[in-house]
Amino acid sequence: MTAAIQTRALHKRFGDLVAVDSLDLEVARGEVFGMLGPNGSGKTTTIRMLCGLMPPTSGEITVVGIDAVKEPEAVRRRIGYMSQRFGLYDDLTVAENFNFYAGLYGLHGKVKEARADELFTTLGLTPRRKQLAGTLSGGWKQKLALACATAHKPDLVFLDEPTAGVDPAARKRFWELIREFANGGMTILVTTHYMDEATRCDRLAFLSRGHLIGLGTPDEITAQFNQPTVEDVFIALQAKDEGLAA
Amino acid sequence: MSGLVAWVRGLTVWPMLVKEFIQLRRDRPTIALMVGVPAIQLMLFGFAIQTEVRNLPTAVYDEAKSSDSRALVQTILNTGNFRFYADATSREEVTAWIESGTVAAAIVIPPDFTRDLARHHTAKVQVIVDAADPLASQAAMSGAALGGQQRALDIVTARGGGGVPLQIVVRPLYNPTLRSATYIVPGIIGVLLSMTLVIIMGMSVVRERERGTLEQLVVTPITRTSLMLGKVLPFVLVGYVQMTIILALGRLVFDVPLRGSLPLLYLAAVGFIGASLAIGLWLSTMVRTQAQAMQAGFLFLLPNLLLSGFMFPREAMPQAAQWISAALPLTYFLQVLRGILLKGVGIEALWPQMAILMGFAVLFMALAVRRFHKTVE
Repeated sequence: MTAAIQTRALHKRFGDLVAVDSLDLEVARGEVFGMLGPNGSGKTTTIRMLCGLMPPTSGEITVVGIDAVKEPEAVRRRIGYMSQRFGLYDDLTVAENFNFYAGLYGLHGKVKEARADELFTTLGLTPRRKQLAGTLSGGWKQKLALACATAHKPDLVFLDEPTAGVDPAARKRFWELIREFANGGMTILVTTHYMDEATRCDRLAFLSRGHLIGLGTPDEITAQFNQPTVEDVFIALQAKDEGLAA
Repeated sequence: MSGLVAWVRGLTVWPMLVKEFIQLRRDRPTIALMVGVPAIQLMLFGFAIQTEVRNLPTAVYDEAKSSDSRALVQTILNTGNFRFYADATSREEVTAWIESGTVAAAIVIPPDFTRDLARHHTAKVQVIVDAADPLASQAAMSGAALGGQQRALDIVTARGGGGVPLQIVVRPLYNPTLRSATYIVPGIIGVLLSMTLVIIMGMSVVRERERGTLEQLVVTPITRTSLMLGKVLPFVLVGYVQMTIILALGRLVFDVPLRGSLPLLYLAAVGFIGASLAIGLWLSTMVRTQAQAMQAGFLFLLPNLLLSGFMFPREAMPQAAQWISAALPLTYFLQVLRGILLKGVGIEALWPQMAILMGFAVLFMALAVRRFHKTVE
């Protein structure tokens, strides 16, 4: 079985700025893979390239066994994507938002209804089906966005800072859901600024100024860099990398 | 049959259309913009606009062919309200030119003009005016009257007195009572359609960009064509609703006639509505915020108001302005509107305009699709 994500010598340049620099990444199927890094470290740019939203300047990307540079459309059918801004229509209800995205992924009729029931039950959205998305709190918006991104049972889901602006209880519940989805065989790539969330991932990648500065399970990483917590590793690595740049 | 239904429902344009219609129904400000603004503008424009005209293209049909008739034609042309277009060879030709809008006026001198003048009878000359445009026709009438008086004065002076040597008879075609609103209202249909459709369409896409839903959309397997069609088609319907409202109001409030075929008008409108929406879509690929889309829309409105022939006849414009005018879809749609509503002409006279409008729709759609990529920057 091929890896869920594989990149080789991935580069992205915006004019003089190198956003992603010779990135080699491999994510196994069914893994919850966390990507950490300060703002501007290239996390979102990397995700956008992996989704085929942005062509790389150079390098190779294979997503669920498909060449994402040559066949971004084929990749899109197999992945789900949840952006920092959730991408929901405030003037559509919960059910309408779901139906719209599910429809774009080719779901309709009874299959769509069944999937809506399944996801809404799991996520607790059923009582809010007819509520306008604009009137939902951050936590509910996040759950709806997750439902929309996973309507078509994708092999791989990208979650770009899914818990930004969401209260702690909702964050905790969200991570339980992510684990449930992963147990069901879905690969999950998630970015976050919260270190307690990072420790819930199977493996972590640390990005700084566009390149990889650390990779491994949370335990491996703390052991390898001889720091008490992931957060300490992160701060130490970032300081070192930026010290090199200066 | 059920296979076909399933296939249609499986197309990615279908959820897009459903979503757009739900959003449209809930978007009260846009509905107000679409319905209220045209109604208000119609009243404002219909009652308020007056303008002055020179250089009307004019045909001359001189059956007398004498030095007297040539002198009269020259005097009338010299008033500056007319510009010589060509000599006609028959009355039929004069009529055809006016119907097609090639000329706005014609000077017709009967064969017995020279004889009447020589016998000191009152020689009659006819000036035919396309009165569908009351501004142009008023200019034509005053120009004809002025030229006729001058020539008459010259002749009387040369003769050392006597009776009235010649009389100019003005025959206004299409709009004998010279009502300005009759002329303005059909134009307003075009102006308002182009303004609201370009802006609404532009904002509709930019809003998705601003709210972050466009990024979410382009990461789905929706095809570019489905995305574009799903955005455009609901607004085609909006365009027709608007057109119907203004037509109905124009008829109720301003007694605008419908001399031609209504189905033909609705058929011709598809090219214009399509072109306007495609321009809006194209615009949306170049701006980043709704405010910018709004400004760009108004920027586009200005040449449409001034150069399309809505306010001022194209013939009176300098060459450069005429070139811009030729590049505006509204210019051709105005000819269609006035042709069908006021003159009652049919497809045989209007097919070039209809073809040009369809061409614009295809051209701008192609430009928009080319510029619209399923990527983010």
